[in-house]
Formats: sequence, C-alpha cells, structure tokens
Amino acid sequence: MKFVPVLAGALLVALASSASAETLTIATVNNGDMIRMQKLTDDFTKDNPDIQLQWVTLEENVLRQKVTTDIATKGGQYDIITIGTYEVPIWAKQNWLVPLDKLGADYDVDDLLPAIRGGLSVDGKLYAAPFYGESSMVMYRKDLMEKAGLTMPDAPTWDFIRQAADKMTDRANGINGICLRGKAGWGENMAFLTAMSNSFGARWFDEKWTPQFDQPEWKDTLQFYVDMMKADGPDGASNNGFNENLALFQQGKCGMWIDATVAASFVTGKDSTVADKVGFALAPDKGLGKRGNWLWAWSLAVPAGSQKVDAAEKFISWATSKHYEELVASKEGWANVPPGTRTSLYNNPEYQKAAPFAKMTLDSINAADPTHPTVKPVPYVGVQFVAIPEFEGIGTTVGQLFSAALAGQSSVDDALKQAQDVTTREMQKAGYL
Amino acid sequence: MARAASTQRKVTVTIVAWVVALVIFFPILWTVLTSFKSEGDAINISHFFQTPWSIESYFEVQSRSDYFRHFFNSVIISVGSTLLALLFSIPAAWSMAFAPTSRTRDIMMWMLSTKMMPAVGVLVPIYLIFKTLGLLDNAWGLMIVLMLMNLPIVIWMLYTYFKEIPVDILEAARMDGATLGKELVYVLVPMAVPGIASTLLLNIILAWNEAFWTLNLTAANAAPLTAFIASYSSPEGLFWAKLSAASTLAIAPILVLGWISQKQLVRGLTFGAVK
Amino acid sequence: MATRQTRTLARFMMAPSVIILFVWMIVPLVLTLWYSFQRYNLQHPDRAGFVWFRNYYFFLTDPAFVQAIGNTLILVVGVLLITVIGGVLLALLLDQPIWGQGIVRLLVIAPFFVMPTVSALVWKNMLMHPQYGIFAWLAQLFGQRPIPWLQDFPLFSVTLITAWEWLPFATLILLTALQSLDEDQKEASEMDGANFVNRFIYIILPHLARAITVVILIETIFLLGIFAEIYVTTQGGPGYASTNLPFLVYVQALLNFDVGGASAGGVIAVILANIVAIFLIRIVGKNLDA
Repeated sequence: MKFVPVLAGALLVALASSASAETLTIATVNNGDMIRMQKLTDDFTKDNPDIQLQWVTLEENVLRQKVTTDIATKGGQYDIITIGTYEVPIWAKQNWLVPLDKLGADYDVDDLLPAIRGGLSVDGKLYAAPFYGESSMVMYRKDLMEKAGLTMPDAPTWDFIRQAADKMTDRANGINGICLRGKAGWGENMAFLTAMSNSFGARWFDEKWTPQFDQPEWKDTLQFYVDMMKADGPDGASNNGFNENLALFQQGKCGMWIDATVAASFVTGKDSTVADKVGFALAPDKGLGKRGNWLWAWSLAVPAGSQKVDAAEKFISWATSKHYEELVASKEGWANVPPGTRTSLYNNPEYQKAAPFAKMTLDSINAADPTHPTVKPVPYVGVQFVAIPEFEGIGTTVGQLFSAALAGQSSVDDALKQAQDVTTREMQKAGYL
Repeated sequence: MARAASTQRKVTVTIVAWVVALVIFFPILWTVLTSFKSEGDAINISHFFQTPWSIESYFEVQSRSDYFRHFFNSVIISVGSTLLALLFSIPAAWSMAFAPTSRTRDIMMWMLSTKMMPAVGVLVPIYLIFKTLGLLDNAWGLMIVLMLMNLPIVIWMLYTYFKEIPVDILEAARMDGATLGKELVYVLVPMAVPGIASTLLLNIILAWNEAFWTLNLTAANAAPLTAFIASYSSPEGLFWAKLSAASTLAIAPILVLGWISQKQLVRGLTFGAVK
Repeated sequence: MATRQTRTLARFMMAPSVIILFVWMIVPLVLTLWYSFQRYNLQHPDRAGFVWFRNYYFFLTDPAFVQAIGNTLILVVGVLLITVIGGVLLALLLDQPIWGQGIVRLLVIAPFFVMPTVSALVWKNMLMHPQYGIFAWLAQLFGQRPIPWLQDFPLFSVTLITAWEWLPFATLILLTALQSLDEDQKEASEMDGANFVNRFIYIILPHLARAITVVILIETIFLLGIFAEIYVTTQGGPGYASTNLPFLVYVQALLNFDVGGASAGGVIAVILANIVAIFLIRIVGKNLDA
C-alpha cells in the first residue's frame, strides 16, 4: 500500500491550505454576470491583500439546496451566499442573515432602486445587497409586427398580445407568434404564470391561506395561456425555459417573448440574428390595475454566525458598488454592466446610449410591487412567488401539473383541480389551514 | 471451403461488433469531439467536420473553477475511501469465507440491504452529525461516508473471490504448523491479490462517480469533480462546448484508469458468477 | 473443520465491519425514525413538534405516491430487461473471434466509467435536445419533426439512459461467464449438429443462469435508488410521469425542506426496498449458493 504516505501528505496539504483565517468562501450561481465578476476580483484583492476568495459556483437549484441546508443547520460552510428576493424575507425573519450596515460611507445605499431595496429589506434593514435586478417585459420583432399591420403600444393588453400572436404566426416559415416559458419549476413556468395570473386578478391564497386554484381567475389565466401557446407557440414548449426561449428568439423564431428584462441585452447582442429588429414594451395587463411583470434580484448576503462579517461586507460592498459598474464598463462596455440595481446607472447617459432597453427595464422594475402583488388582498409578500418556506415545493409541483397541461397530457380543468388538491394538502401539512 | 466460410463469418461478425461498439461509445465520442469546438460551431451539426477545432472551451472551463483542485480531491477521496474499505473488508470477508457460520449469509444479505436507504432521506441527520463532528467539507468525512456506502459490495466481492481459494491449501499449511497470521500473510494474500486488486478498482470507480454525498457534504476545500460538473448542469445560453469540455475532464481520468486496468478489473468482477 | 480458535478469530475479524455498518445503518435510521414523527421544516424551526403519524399519512396519500412506486418498478424492470437481454447478445457477439477485439471491448465497457450526472447531461443536451441534439438532427435529415424525447417519453428516456450506463456491467459479467464455458462442451454440441438456438437454450443459457442472477441482484440494489438521471433530465415530470420514490423523497427533503416528511418517505422507501430485497433473495439466493 504505497499509496498511504502519498495520500497522507496530500491530505495535510489540503487541510493546511484551508486554515488561513481570512479566506472568504463564496457560493454563487453559474450565470454570466456572476462568472464575469469572478474574473474581475483581482481589482478587489489588490486593495485587500489580506483577504482571499474561494468560489463555489453552482447551478441554481443545487446552489439553493446546499445553501439552505447549510444555513438552516448553521453549518457555517459559506461566508457569503448568493440568494434571491424569495429567500431574503424568509431568512431575515429567522435571524439567519446579518443586516448589512457596514457597507461603507461611499456605498450610497439610497441609490438602490426602491422596489429592489424594498424586496431585500425587512423592517427597514437591508439584509442582502443586489448584484443585479430584473423584472419582465415584452420583447417583440418590430419587422413582423409591421408586417402584421399592427403597432405595439408601450403598455399592451393581453387581448392585443393574443391578436398579434395569431397574426404573426407563420408556421411555413418557422415563425411562432409567441414564445413563453413552459418548463416546470417555481422559478421557470410558475414565475411567468404567477405574474401573469396577477394581472388576471387571480391570487395563490386568500387572506386565510386557502388556495385559489378553483377560482375562475385562475381558469381564465391557464386557459388563455394554453390556448395561445397551442395556437401560436413553438413545438415542445413544455420543455422551454428561459434559455431555450432565448435561443429561439435569437434565431428569429419568435414574434414575441415575454420574459426577464436581463434578456434584453442578449436579444440585441452579438449572438442575436435579429438584434436590430427588437422592440420592448411593458408586460401586458387586463385593465385590472396590475401588470404581469415580476421582480427578482440575485443578491449577496452574509449568514448569521459568520466569523468574517467585516471582510464579507467589504467584498459585498465592492461587488455591488458604483465602482464595480465602472470597472465592468471599462473592460466590457456599458451594455454588460449588471442591470437593475442602481438609479444612477439609469441616469447615466452613456448607459442609456449603450442600452436601448434601459428605460423599459427601469419602468418595469418600478411597476412591480412585492408587498401588494395582486388585485385582491393576499397574506403574502412576493410577485411571482409566495414568500413562505413551503412555496418552493408547492410551486414546483404545481409547475409540473401546468406543464403537463401545456404538453396536452391533461386538461386545464384537471390540472387546476390537481393543483388545488396538492396545494391544499401541503398547506394543511405545514399547519396553515 | 470451410476456411473461406469461417473467414467470411469472421468479417461479418467483426463488422457487426464494431458497429454495435461504436453506437454504444458514440455519446462519449461525440462529447469529446464537441469539446474541441467553439460554442457557435458546437451546435452546427450539419457542418461539424468542416468547422475549425479549438481548445478554448478548456481554458474557459479552467478559468471558471480550478479543475486540478477538484481532480486532486477526487483522487484523495476515492483512493482513501477504497483503502479504508479494504482495511475493514478483507478480515471480514476472510472470516466469512473460511469460517462460515449459520448466520453468515444473513449477515451478508443484511449488509447489502443497508445500501437501499435512499440517501436523500437521511441528508439532514447526516449533515447535522457531520457538522457536530466538524467533518463538513472535509476529505476524511467523505472518505468515511463513501467507504460505508461501498463496504457491502466490497465485502461481497471479496467473499466470493476468497471462497474460490481451495481450502486444501490452507489445510496443508496448517499441517505444516503455520499460525493463522502466517496463513493469512503467506498463503492467502498472494492467492487473493487478483481479487483484491479488482475490488480496489471497482471501488475507486464507484467512489469517483458518487454524486450525492460528495456534492452535498462539501463546499470549497474538499469538493471533488462531481461538484465541478454541478456548475454546468443547467443551460446558460450556448454552453454545449463548455459542457462537453467539463464532462470530458470529469470522466477522462477514471475512463483511462478503467481501460488500463480492464483485465484486472474483470477478473474479480464476477461476484462468484463463474464456477 | 474450523477450530474454536479460528472461529473466535473469525468473529473478531468480522466485528469491525459489522459494527461500523451497524452504526452507519442504525444511527441515521434512529434519527430518521425520530424526525419522521416530528413536524420539522428546515426553514420553519419555530413550528417544530411531535405529530405522531401525520408525516406518514401525508407521504402515503401523496397524489404522486402510487405512480412513483409504479415508476420505480418500471424503471428497475425496464433497465434489467434491456441490460440482461442486451448483455447476453453482446456477450455472445464479443465471444466470437473478431478483429480488434480488445478495442471493441474497451469501447463497449466505457459507459460504465462515466459518472451518472455526466451521462445524464450528455444524453439530455447532446443527444435528446429537441433543437441541438443529434437525434433532432437525424430526424430533420430524414424530413421528420424532431421528437421532444424528455417531454413525450420521459420515463422511457430515463430508462434508456440508465440502461446505457449499466449495459457494460452486465456484458462484462456475462462475457466472463460465457468464456468459462467448457470448449469441449461447446464443440461436442456443435458436432452433434445441434443448431444455434438449441445450443443456446440447452447449454449456454443454463450456464449463464448464475451470472444473470448476479447481474439482477447487483443492478437492482443500485437501480432502486436512481436519482441523478431523473434530477438532471426531467425533474420527475411532466406531471409525475418520471417521478420515482427517491425523487419523491427528494422533493420533500430539498424542495420543501420538510425533514419530517422526507424522513417518513425515507422510512417507507427502506421498508419497500426490503420487501423487494426479501423477494429477490428468495428467488435469487438459492441460485447463488448452488
């Protein structure tokens, strides 16, 4: 067994290298903006030579399950975690997060967009700093719209969207009038459908936490969505998430696409074959006072009990600062700056010039209100989600049922009935009912 | 005549075998080929062989997370857990094979049944235990878990192998006055080496590919290649070339090891199926 | 035959393995049993408390439960059928004299070394993807509409991927067994003029019975716990079409973060697995001792 000494030596090295006191272990999600940030951290470490950074880059679902397990059991494996607007209110209430009050004098916390800041604060205290923020909006092909003889208003209705989708659809040329998310998941199809249902006057729960899938508003929402997708959507839509739709739109196969505002820089970017033909509009409504747009921000937070709070806040302050925006702009151009977090970015003429979608993004974010998401009153916070711990599981299961309805494997009525049953069960189990 | 017929038959069989083998191998081959394309060319299947080859995806993957650190952890964990498993299993398998009792078979079946607990159902209890013992994100912790995971299979494999060692030889050694310790060292071990080698290889492969505990009990320091690949498991725009490069890097070492040691591996992989 | 001394020593040598395996089994089991009677959501620690059999009730009445059991069995049986039949055919093929036998064998066993996550990712993105996969490209080549495999045939797709991973294992064991078949026996039967079908049924198949048993036993142990393949490809959907028992437990544990529910699910899964194991040992165990 000559492996043994080698192995023991290797182990010692592995253990010794982890002993340094000021190493920050940072858990992040594998999206483009975060990966760009990892590559730019020399700018941080050269000013803070005593702090070393160690990255754990994971796919969104894996990240969420690992970070949640760790923070709930107080495992203490991470010094900085990447979380969204869904987790912040839940975890802050459990006192699992450190309030970020040492971000530095020049951080200018009042510059953060009010809607985003509100979503990341509990009782007026900021618990996570936004790295980038997004809402959703309509992206459409100006040329196809013109061909259909229609003009997209800045604030369209769902009826107009349906009409336009029918007219733009051109199966012979592989053009689908509309592309929407169909892939199951609380952050995939349910993000879209929940936001859409808000504009139809539906809600997940009434004030007593009774599920509302048996109400006509949900039936209207789902029926409208399934009918429109069947008539004008792409093949295999029940497997399409954000990325699949992005690829379809970039290749000119969609007339309209309602999705995250961050997609705007991709559909007008160098990978897009339709970059110069894209227009933007607010997410549709139904004249009930709410639009079908969501609000999300990937944010950096510090788990409570961390021994390295000062260093962690120093890093968070750097990564979400105006200085970082300028750093990205100088290296990669203004269009690649992480969007949706600071008012000053939207007042910057250089950014406005580089990003034609800036105004519509800002208007969309400002139009979302996580504390009053629906037409009727609700007991929860969150636009495209319900900020209770049980939502991830319920949302994913309901997402599967709605995905099956879109795939034609069950009817809209069956899907809604099953969704009602499942949600009722889970709420009973969790003790809400 | 007969010779011509048999040659003809050999040609046919060879062609069929090669076609089948290539079909089975195709997903791996395609992944390796795609890893040497740029992102744009990777999905352009119609012109796959006209577009240029490049290794930029490998640089991209490496710049995102350090391959060698993950590789190193995978080696430590899989080899370490295997050595631990052998340490425990050789004596156990030896005694089961040469001094069986009426309960030996029950014990073995019980050992196998411990493998049926769904890992995800016990994650939180194990996580809490590991946290208390300070074993989170620690190579030793993973070695222990993986050793326990594979121990039943290892014991069984060794047991079936040991059982084929003729008892007469041991009897003869005993006649000559060999003590039990000597019996083990001079008689049994040399005869058992092929079986142990093959068990060792199989266990390294199983430990290398284990993706639940290695992913969920580590963060940065002890994270092996399964964590490396976890950052590519959801699409992110065009990522086919990067995914291929990361996949190739994750499987190449164990594939090469498996190929090199194929003969040794197969020898003990019979689980007593050959009589 | 064995002396008392040997027997004592044997116990002594077996003890460490038995003890650590016992601890490894019993500690999580006791903890799991304990949690399975608790209301304990990781993100709701303030709502914890003893709830008797509530978690079991909810797990057993889960709308996906019956289908998940069915899917688990279909998956196990489907993969076993493909790998055993495919493995026998491949072993027969590779047992023939061919040119480049060594390389052919290396190619055939390669999938066994690929980690499940990677093979699921490769199949999902490189082969079955409805826009960029090889299958879609082939379909278009022949003027067909690409089939969205993971949407229209989710359970079949998962079965196929898993069978691809396990086929080499079956082939290797069966091939080794086949090669141990006495050459004289083979030749004698060929002399007798027995045709291939008869030889296969009366000589080869009985000889392989033991190896087939081993393949079934080992694969079943691993296949009952299939998780990574489903997690990466279909996430159990659409609907519950590809949800198996481990995936259902996963939904409780890491989507709901319901430790109580997941523990109850874990206990139920262990009980069901042991029922399968008892059957398996009944059927298979005899064959092994022979």
